[in-house]
Amino acid sequence: MGFKKFLVKRAFTMFGVLMATLLVTIILVGSNMDSISKQSAAQEIRQQVTNNKSLLSSFKTTEQLDSYIANEVKQRITALGLDQPWYSPQRIGLSMYKILTLDFGHAKFLTSDSGSSDVRDIIIEKLPRTILLFTTATVIVSVLGIFLGTVAASKVNSKLDKITSGFAIISSSFPVWWIGVLMIFVFAFLYPIFPARATPDLSVTDPGYWGSLLYHMALPLITLVIIGFGSWAYLVRNFLVGVLQEDFIMAKRAAGIDEKRILYSHALKNAAPPIVTILALSLSSSLGGAIITEAVFDWPGMGRLYFEAISVLDLPVIIGATYVLTAFFLVSVFVADVLYGYFDPRVRRE
Amino acid sequence: MSFSSKVVWKEFSHSKIGIAGIVILLVLFSMSAIAFVAIPLDSFKTWNDPASWLLYPKSAQPAWVNYFQSEKIPEHLILHPVRLSQQIGPVNLLTDSFTVNYRYDGFPSDFIYQYTVQYSGSPLLQMSVTRPDGIEMNLVSTSLPFANSTVSYSSMIFSTQDVIAKNVASAKTKYAFSLDDMSSEKIVFSQLDTNQILKGQYVFRVHLYDVSGKPVLIKSNLVLGGKVYGIMGTDELRRDLSVGLLWGTPLALFIGITVSIGSVVLGLVYGVYAGYKGRATDEVLMRFNDIIYVMPALPLLIILAVTIGNSIFLMVGFLVVFGWVGIAKVSRSMALQIKTLQYVEAAKLMGQKDYKIIFKHILPQLLPYAFASIAISVPAAITTEAGLSFLGLGDPSFPTWGQILHDASSYSAAARGMWWWILPPGIMIAVTGLAFVFMGQAMDGIINPKLRR
Repeated sequence: MGFKKFLVKRAFTMFGVLMATLLVTIILVGSNMDSISKQSAAQEIRQQVTNNKSLLSSFKTTEQLDSYIANEVKQRITALGLDQPWYSPQRIGLSMYKILTLDFGHAKFLTSDSGSSDVRDIIIEKLPRTILLFTTATVIVSVLGIFLGTVAASKVNSKLDKITSGFAIISSSFPVWWIGVLMIFVFAFLYPIFPARATPDLSVTDPGYWGSLLYHMALPLITLVIIGFGSWAYLVRNFLVGVLQEDFIMAKRAAGIDEKRILYSHALKNAAPPIVTILALSLSSSLGGAIITEAVFDWPGMGRLYFEAISVLDLPVIIGATYVLTAFFLVSVFVADVLYGYFDPRVRRE
Repeated sequence: MSFSSKVVWKEFSHSKIGIAGIVILLVLFSMSAIAFVAIPLDSFKTWNDPASWLLYPKSAQPAWVNYFQSEKIPEHLILHPVRLSQQIGPVNLLTDSFTVNYRYDGFPSDFIYQYTVQYSGSPLLQMSVTRPDGIEMNLVSTSLPFANSTVSYSSMIFSTQDVIAKNVASAKTKYAFSLDDMSSEKIVFSQLDTNQILKGQYVFRVHLYDVSGKPVLIKSNLVLGGKVYGIMGTDELRRDLSVGLLWGTPLALFIGITVSIGSVVLGLVYGVYAGYKGRATDEVLMRFNDIIYVMPALPLLIILAVTIGNSIFLMVGFLVVFGWVGIAKVSRSMALQIKTLQYVEAAKLMGQKDYKIIFKHILPQLLPYAFASIAISVPAAITTEAGLSFLGLGDPSFPTWGQILHDASSYSAAARGMWWWILPPGIMIAVTGLAFVFMGQAMDGIINPKLRR
């Protein structure tokens, strides 16, 4: 199988997954969504009628008014296609098409900082902040982890190796958000060095905004790095230990090549495919994990948006955010796949 | 890649980390056993019922903080009585005495007597206290409401009641300072010359006099209010955190173990079946596997919890749905290798049925891998459930550790420095996870000898 064919196949799978996730989401929230849109249609019409004084005065009895409104609502519901059940193929198809074209509709309760209730605006505002925080964290974590892991692998069973492995195992069994709560407790209240709420208190137009943003980002960033780099170092170490036992390394050693060079240029290169894959995957999974982390630190990104949307059941936002999160997740999985296929041709042939 | 259980166990018992895991796990299991035996099931069911925690202090630190302090913070004491029943002429006298050796460097915040009594007629209830210096003070004398037939009557006597204040104030000649505007407990527990705590043995006595019959005290507790309580302290809702933490143990083990066993069994059978069958079956099954594999688990779990329900059993099911995929992938590739082994082919040629080959010849080969995966996937299940509970999407009727942390964060425990509310649940989550990670590491070392060296 050529690389191109491999790419196409993976791309199709990813698209299938995106659709499947969307479908699952729509099925799960569909019935709720239905009653909410019906209610809002009815409310809108009632508003229109009560605002229109001349129309209002033309009714003699309240029954007349009620029947008029009921009629109007019925017409509106038919016009919107809400008369069919939410699980009818047309409706699901329509909603999927709308979501695919990034038309998420309007949020019921939530708004963006600038006041827009268009779900797309809200997401566009929140997404860069999540990417800023989690990409920075992942980059720091991976650089630290690769470095530490390589050093540990070059001295297997040394003190440093044991400390790294031990730290990795222990740090990975603590929930990130719990460490977050502790960090807030220690560094925001016990020793007030950092702000407890990570939401910057300046407006975007303020010249000090970026400084304030970075200052507020410090505590979540430190937490993510502390929790993350141990397991990274451990993974890198395990890959390298595996590679270092391969015959070609033995051959290089026998040929008298400097141990450092073997480690950094030959072994690390061969351990690259799984490392790159994990880099891409951990980027994407950090986006999912962002929901809890951002809720703890009150970081105004996608994760907190998602959490807020869930707590007030703002369905358009939930669907939009799920779509965007899934899309990002899939893109990084796809990139990981492609990189892996590129580095390790055996994968393509399978 | 064949392992006999004996060899595996022998290797496992030589691994320090594996033994450490087993020891932690045994401790956790005995904690669960203690929870089942020592704490009545009722108190766990009433976890969310404020009425059942009335006698407990609000946001009290654990009692052992006193060991690290020169000034002993008064402990919240729930005293149980010593009972004495007497017959003096026509009068039945029932006496409950509560003895306390008060050694703290502060006044109790209040005292409450809670009782339920069964009587007929109109008994007289009298409460008094004998101080370390021998002074006896009458606190309350009250007659219970008249009843023709036998009734059961519950009530409480609070130190803040006017009656007590009045009775206590009658001893004002003994005190060298003015008792005006002073609350009863500060007088009862005070030295005579200065208003400082008088340490020593106090005996509270409750007498019940009745002529018409023998009164029976069904419930009788004296509470001395304080700021520290128990081993783990209490939360904002007066709940004893040690009860919640103890009950969280079997819950976490249940969630973790059920989810991991469920996912591993499902993944193994699915993967082995796909690998063994091969061709179109394999292709279809593995594409489906791919789809679930790359779905973002947490957002979907949240949507599932919100829309379908958040009972603990549903949650276990949801976690299994997202937990089996990775295992299916690995076990498929293992099955691909095993099915080419000669004995499997021989069994096939002899006309053995497919399911028999899978269950008898292939799956047993994967058991060590299965055990390692079970151990490794437990912590993830526990932390995910805890995370969902922390977001407020868990089952509120069970005191899981995540639920406790959720309550802590909604009462902003971090901002108020209530470390005893935040630290223990997280440490418990981590320790439970560690036990399984340790065991998984030990198993992993046996299966992948390459990692050891």
